[in-house]
Amino acid sequence: MHRGDFVRQLNNPGGDRRPSRVLHIDIPLLVLLLALCGIGLTVLYSASGQSIFYVKRQATFMLAGLFAMLVMAQFKPRFWERGSMLIYIGGLLSLVAVLFFGVGAKGAQRWLDLGFTRFQPSELMKIAVPMMVSAYLSKRYLPPRFKHVFIAVMATLLPVFLVAKQPDLGTSLIIFSSGFFAIFLAGLGKRYLVATVLLAVAAIPTLWFYVLLDYQKQRVLTLLNPGEDKLGAGWNIIQSTTAIGSGGWSGKGWTQGTQSQLNFLPESHTDFIIAVLAEEFGLIGVLSLLLIYLLLIGRCMMIALNAQTLFSRLVAGTLSLTFFVYIFVNMGMVSGILPVVGAPLPFISYGGSAIVTLFSGFGILTAISTEQKRI
Amino acid sequence: MMHDRVFSDPARERELFARRLFVGSLVTLILSIVLSLRYFDLQISRYENFATQSNNNRVLVRPLPPSRGLIYDRKGELIADNRPSYNLTIVPERSEDIEQLLNELGKLITISERDILRFRKKLSRRRPFEQTTLHVNLSEAERAILAVNGHRLAGAETSARLIRYYPHQNLFAHAVGYVGRINDRESQTIETVKYSGTDSIGKVGLEKFYETQLLGTVGSEQVETNARGRAMRVLDQTPAISGDNLTLYLDTDLQRVAFEAFKGERGALVAIEVETGGILAMVSTPSYDPNLFVTGISQKEYDRLLYSNDRPLFDRSIRGQYPPGSTIKPMFGLIALQNNIVTPNYTINDNGYFFFKGIERPWRDHNFARGGHGDGVNLSKAIVESCNIYFYELGVKTGIDLLSEYGSQFGLGARTGIDMPGERPGIMPSRAWKKGAHGQSWFNGDTINASIGQGFMLTTPLQLAVMSARIASRGDVRTPRLVKSINGIEQSAPQTGAHIDISAKHWDYVHRAMQDVVHSIYGTARIINQGLDYKIAGKTGTAQAISIDAEEKYDSSKLSKNKWDHALFVAFAPVANPKIAIGLIVENGEHGSSSAAPIARAVFDAYMESQKSATLVKR
Repeated sequence: MHRGDFVRQLNNPGGDRRPSRVLHIDIPLLVLLLALCGIGLTVLYSASGQSIFYVKRQATFMLAGLFAMLVMAQFKPRFWERGSMLIYIGGLLSLVAVLFFGVGAKGAQRWLDLGFTRFQPSELMKIAVPMMVSAYLSKRYLPPRFKHVFIAVMATLLPVFLVAKQPDLGTSLIIFSSGFFAIFLAGLGKRYLVATVLLAVAAIPTLWFYVLLDYQKQRVLTLLNPGEDKLGAGWNIIQSTTAIGSGGWSGKGWTQGTQSQLNFLPESHTDFIIAVLAEEFGLIGVLSLLLIYLLLIGRCMMIALNAQTLFSRLVAGTLSLTFFVYIFVNMGMVSGILPVVGAPLPFISYGGSAIVTLFSGFGILTAISTEQKRI
Repeated sequence: MMHDRVFSDPARERELFARRLFVGSLVTLILSIVLSLRYFDLQISRYENFATQSNNNRVLVRPLPPSRGLIYDRKGELIADNRPSYNLTIVPERSEDIEQLLNELGKLITISERDILRFRKKLSRRRPFEQTTLHVNLSEAERAILAVNGHRLAGAETSARLIRYYPHQNLFAHAVGYVGRINDRESQTIETVKYSGTDSIGKVGLEKFYETQLLGTVGSEQVETNARGRAMRVLDQTPAISGDNLTLYLDTDLQRVAFEAFKGERGALVAIEVETGGILAMVSTPSYDPNLFVTGISQKEYDRLLYSNDRPLFDRSIRGQYPPGSTIKPMFGLIALQNNIVTPNYTINDNGYFFFKGIERPWRDHNFARGGHGDGVNLSKAIVESCNIYFYELGVKTGIDLLSEYGSQFGLGARTGIDMPGERPGIMPSRAWKKGAHGQSWFNGDTINASIGQGFMLTTPLQLAVMSARIASRGDVRTPRLVKSINGIEQSAPQTGAHIDISAKHWDYVHRAMQDVVHSIYGTARIINQGLDYKIAGKTGTAQAISIDAEEKYDSSKLSKNKWDHALFVAFAPVANPKIAIGLIVENGEHGSSSAAPIARAVFDAYMESQKSATLVKR
């Protein structure tokens, strides 16, 4: 590690002294993120049954996340490129440790108890996998040859498998997509793409009979026919679609949603929070949120296109596409077009680890974004 | 860094990446449109539909609790039944002011602080239209009071539900166990949906072991309600499916005979049907009334049971671990015969003391004061009169390796695998076990102690019964089982091991010796042979509750009763064609012969009597 990596502004040749340059801040990115945080806290207040406690906690998480983002932005992308293998291996080892010493509730082991705090290795892997795969592929000829694709695929599938085993299907899906996007963006041959699609189709029966647990299968069946399971997952879907649908164009008004305020809606402040937004702010609210998300993704793609190194391009591109997967899976699941997997809505759903992970990802994007300006 | 890619073409790579990213953004856009269309479909196209559903009518889903499976004994007598109980429940959203309602109710009937605390805790987890229980087991009078004042108590309802009832009270408490309210820890692990209709769960015994079968499947009911949450009509119903009924091997009559034969002494008895491994009787005394736990036992009552010196909650039959004493002598005799360590003709001279080379302190026989069992003690005599000196020598000659290898085949030192939770494994010591547990090597002195069932050895009454059944059946290894059939479908017990390989003549010899324990005039259990019209084979045992020095004489009159020796007895009958095998212990009962053996006799008599009448019926 170069000493200069950490405090780059000391030998900044451009001499640009604007605070955003000095502190390595990408202003459009930051503005969009703050907008999302604001919307998130507003909806959370209503979704948590008007609990200021949840809002305060979430705001604390957001501040911690912003701080993490700022710190990560101070390192050059090259630092992350060099460190990616180490972070990946560390994450992999802690995932294995979770299998043996993990703690959790309701049959899922996701946490490592470090004594002073609890740590969720699968969150780390959401960033470690795209970085490691990008770093690996950016050192090879592109488009990658079979051998390199194979190694990259294995490096992705190993943590995917370990996380699915916990079981945490939502997170393992995110990790899988991030690895896939990195390989795809690196220029995976068209033949491979076709083969991947075919393989994925062929894998469905295998997944169904050997990998998915009963309750997970139940969720898929519930999607096809929510009336079947009225007390369990079916209940969630019936209630969330009712909440969304009854919102109409402009919604029932903030804290006025009957479905969510009367507790019809389960998990209303975590995974199902978009239903609260939809009920209280209507289609206009939903589309506005989606627009902000898309602007954010657009900004990230710009950063990717202008990035200086291949590694930076791949990481930035992968993180922006993966970010969309979060949104699509969550909004699809709550509105009943995808099976229910545990997937929070970025910056809106309540939950500390997810917030910090998301901000860290944007920290790396900021590092990439601010590098180009300097040269 | 860059040398890996000297031949690569950055411009081409950049272009390729840009193309790919473009494809990615296109897909992102398309999927965003798909999402938008879905939300448009729900919020605009089907708005009327959902708005109606959300505003005017509420369709509630209510769970329909299944009725818990019943438990019968082998003759079809009910051991665990369900009967209606009336609870006071509250539907929060129907009440204007919960605090006032609680206040009002408190004036009419007695509601404990604990009930209210539990109610508040539950309330925070329930949806406002769900019934939440406040008080269980309303009396007839309380129900009348509530009915009369019903108009003032909006939101409060009395609801009937089935609760568990154990008609035999304390008779089957340990074997069958009980159900109780789901506690906080359990609610973390259960599947909430499966238990949405019920608030009790199997806590111990069969009720716990067969929880999944007994529970049944919850049903549901879709109810249309008006804006205030009152049910208007049932739209759709999925009926609940009752839990599976269990039929046990247990025989209520035999169980009662065994229970009463203890006459209030502490102890445990297990009787096994030799042919099947089925448990005919399983008693641990003193016992308790499981009905106390069903709707929640009061702390005072629970403390009384928990801190009683007699420990009534403790299931001695599968969790009590005692030194088996001389009851393991027939088994060790079989092992020595089969491995040609001794022959039936081999005799020793027993003067009451046993010296082992290099050790000064002698091992003594229980009757060392009388000068031992004298000359010409062979295996049979050593079993009949329970001669320790013979077995010290037999044990040392056989060696701990063979003893523990065969001992585990007879069911000692490991859980038997009975269909009950919480069974203890006991200890059948071996070199490896001592190294692991004590970090020490095995000494011959350890073998000598083990050879009369003392030292490290520990067994549960269940294990004694299993050993007895395996001797009775001449080596058939069967896992003990309580449940005979589920919903009328016979359950076959899993075979745990191969047949124990011992020659027929050795079985004959040891069966004969065990018969003489009861039927010969020298036998240690001759006290129970009065008026027998069938033959019993048995072996008495005495286990020290405290240690006595070699030169000190054990004198019960000088010791308080809780330091008296434990009395043990293993037996089976009838000898020619064994049907039933027993293992039992009377805590601080002194001698197997005087306090333990008569209990076995009572059970055998009752069993033979029932067999007799059964054959008569058949004819």
